[in-house]
Amino acid sequence: MSKKEIFKKYEAKKKNLLQILHEIQDSNPENYISKEDIEDVANFLNTSYSSIYGVVTYYSMFSAKPRGKNLVRVCNSPICNMNGSMAIIDAFKHELSIELDETTKDKLFTLEKAECLGRCGQSPTVLINKNYHDGLKPEKIKSIINTYKK
Amino acid sequence: MVKETRITLENVGKINPESIEEYISVGGYKAIQKALKLKPIEVIDEMLKSSLRGRGGAGFSTGLKEQFTSKSCLACEHRYVVCNADEGEPGTFKDRVIMEKDPHKLLEGIMISAYSIGASKAYIYIRAEYFLSIERVQKAINDAKSKNFIGKNIFDSDFSLDIEINLGAGSYLCGEELTLLESLEGKRGYPRIKPPFPAEKGLFGSPTLVNNVETLATITTIIDKGAEWYSKLGTEDAPGTKIFTLSGDIKKPGYVEVEMGITLRQLIFEFGKGIKNDASFKGALLGGAAGTFVDEAMLDTPMSYDQLKAKGATLGSGAIIVFNDTKSISDILQNILEFFKHESCGKCVPCRIGTSQLLLMIDDLKKSKLNKTELINQLIEEATYMAKNSLCPLGQSPILPIKSAFNYFSNEF
Repeated sequence: MSKKEIFKKYEAKKKNLLQILHEIQDSNPENYISKEDIEDVANFLNTSYSSIYGVVTYYSMFSAKPRGKNLVRVCNSPICNMNGSMAIIDAFKHELSIELDETTKDKLFTLEKAECLGRCGQSPTVLINKNYHDGLKPEKIKSIINTYKK
Repeated sequence: MVKETRITLENVGKINPESIEEYISVGGYKAIQKALKLKPIEVIDEMLKSSLRGRGGAGFSTGLKEQFTSKSCLACEHRYVVCNADEGEPGTFKDRVIMEKDPHKLLEGIMISAYSIGASKAYIYIRAEYFLSIERVQKAINDAKSKNFIGKNIFDSDFSLDIEINLGAGSYLCGEELTLLESLEGKRGYPRIKPPFPAEKGLFGSPTLVNNVETLATITTIIDKGAEWYSKLGTEDAPGTKIFTLSGDIKKPGYVEVEMGITLRQLIFEFGKGIKNDASFKGALLGGAAGTFVDEAMLDTPMSYDQLKAKGATLGSGAIIVFNDTKSISDILQNILEFFKHESCGKCVPCRIGTSQLLLMIDDLKKSKLNKTELINQLIEEATYMAKNSLCPLGQSPILPIKSAFNYFSNEF
């Protein structure tokens, strides 16, 4: 969706801010909210740049910096952690050759830690874009990554 | 052999959650029609009679909350119902189950609550990571609107209601009711000082009733089948049923709905089928990260708010995380403290500095070979100070897992 369409879809009220930011970020192949986006939203809502920037930088799902096409978010909260999330994170680091909060050179993947995603019965779990992959083992990681390379 | 008592989850697995017709065919939308034949104050009386306590974790009387909100600021033009669907407590996924598998029951509970307090607008604040929940709840709203179950003059009454979904964006703290309202208003998730409570001054400064998904879905059945019937289930201090979510080193992780008063042993060994790989039970964490560790001495304690509290434990959200004898309690506690540090919003000094300090202190404790008792005492002191001085439940929580970990598992540090 273009920004124009997004601004048509929502009433110019601050209560719609998080939804607007989600739509802008999801429409950007670099999965982030740019300075220009923040300015446009501030104008649309008739509010300050800093209040929008403040919201973008507070919430863990939003990013003010460019990220990869595929967001890989590995849950590291207590249940996933005790069920081996660190080994899953290491496997992703190894396969993608990046550290946490880094993006691959081909801009295809960014690796992040996430807090509890509410899938504790099927841990450890990873959220890639809007897809969950549960019951992970380190040996499964390579093939999961490959499905997103296409 | 204990059986589940499915009340809030009565339709789960039996109907297509994307079909309003199937929900209607099992008696759906009868409860709101019953409620509309009563006066709002009579609906509140039913809630008080049921003794239902909030299922989000705090366990406050649902009926009392409704009563306060309905009586608050009578001159105020607006009042709101907000559904807290920002389920973020580690080990908890019951609200996701309700939204994915019976979204109409949630909507109906929201409608009943809105009618009882005189609200004509409701918001459902759903964490953005719950994609399927958002999709199904939105479809349910759309379908209900097409039948005018949501809209003007619902079921030919004077009651009108609009329901809207608002999204979170990845913040555990936004599950705390006042912080949730800040986020709903389009701001950073900082908690507000209370009082005033949401009942007095909530969303956009108006009286607001904030309730958990499980609480609202349960309200539907209470109004349908009657408060007296509901209050006979469970225990005296905690009538009714509760959805428990079992995870960790358990053979059958998942969710169960049972009458309050069931024991931990029954939950873990009958419903959870015991410990994975037939290892030994070491302990459990009840209520999530903001919860308490227990050991096998607690296995026969009835699960209810007050009975657990009397033994220094918490029911909380109903999360039960089980560990076997291969797990290190100090590692788990360290990860919990990492979680709190990450999720602290930074607004108040005790929590902003405190959560970082606690993590440094447990790192030190794990590395040190001397002065362990002194380090443990310092940790408890720091967390106690935070609990007394922090602005919101996040800073008030680390003392729970810390104190209980050292109480039951001091030999592991």
